[in-house]
Amino acid sequence: MIVLSDVLILAAILFCISVAGIFINRKNVIILLMCIELMLLAVNMNFIAFSHFLQDINGQVFVFFILTVAAAESAIGLAILVVLFRNRETINVQDLNSMKG
Amino acid sequence: MVELLVFYFFGAVLVISASMVVTIRNPVFAALFLVLCFFSSAAIWLILQAEFLAIALVLVYVGAVMVLFLFVVMMLDINIARLREGFVKFLPVGIIVALLMLVAMSLVITSGYFNREEPAIQVSQVAGYSNTTQLGKALFTEYLYPFEIAGVILLVAIIAAISLTMRKPRSNKTQQPSLQVRASKKERLRIIKMKAEPKQDAGGQSS
Repeated sequence: MIVLSDVLILAAILFCISVAGIFINRKNVIILLMCIELMLLAVNMNFIAFSHFLQDINGQVFVFFILTVAAAESAIGLAILVVLFRNRETINVQDLNSMKG
Repeated sequence: MVELLVFYFFGAVLVISASMVVTIRNPVFAALFLVLCFFSSAAIWLILQAEFLAIALVLVYVGAVMVLFLFVVMMLDINIARLREGFVKFLPVGIIVALLMLVAMSLVITSGYFNREEPAIQVSQVAGYSNTTQLGKALFTEYLYPFEIAGVILLVAIIAAISLTMRKPRSNKTQQPSLQVRASKKERLRIIKMKAEPKQDAGGQSS
């Protein structure tokens, strides 16, 4: 049978991989957004694990809200990215050092 | 036992595809590996009896968000080689930080407080139990107000995304209430005094 700590360790590994991804891909905004999605997935997995092992539905309600906010966040992030690329012809974080529009 | 094997299988797929997401060269393949991540974690959520959220993850994420990602990745003409600068330089730092975090988290997780087995009596064993029904009851009674706020957040996201990427200048005519309020009589209307002119012939003959 699965115990709670198995799922928690899986979520921790996922979270650490995405933290490492933010470190090594720090120039590419698209991969950064994907790493944030992975982090939210790891957090959601923790919520669902606790919800299952404590037999409490409230954890799943929280996952629902996190999914909503993550979808909104990625939509706005990608819209900003498209506008950025249209104005600057780049998505490299290093080239985005000027506040002038 | 089978459950544990399935869990380990999907966990391995999840970890491998997550590490491919952060290390692969081409952003298109990264997005596709992220889709694989979402699928395998949906399978794990199914094992943990969160059926509604597993389906919602596949529908919302794989169906909408990842398609949006792929759209944007393929639409932008990015120079991958430039974006990979510093990859090797920051690889050790990233790995060290990730390992430290992992060690810290697993020290907490394996300390014995989280060794909880699955409960012997599960609510899902009751006849007629439905995960979707339970979630819906919680959402529409106890969490009704946060649910409405979530809807407003989605509306804000729609409007913000559309208004950010709207390309051409506004060509449709709209009212401008500030100008309408500021309009005064003396700008628009001029009253002049003039002498009355003699009446002309109706069908005046031109010479």
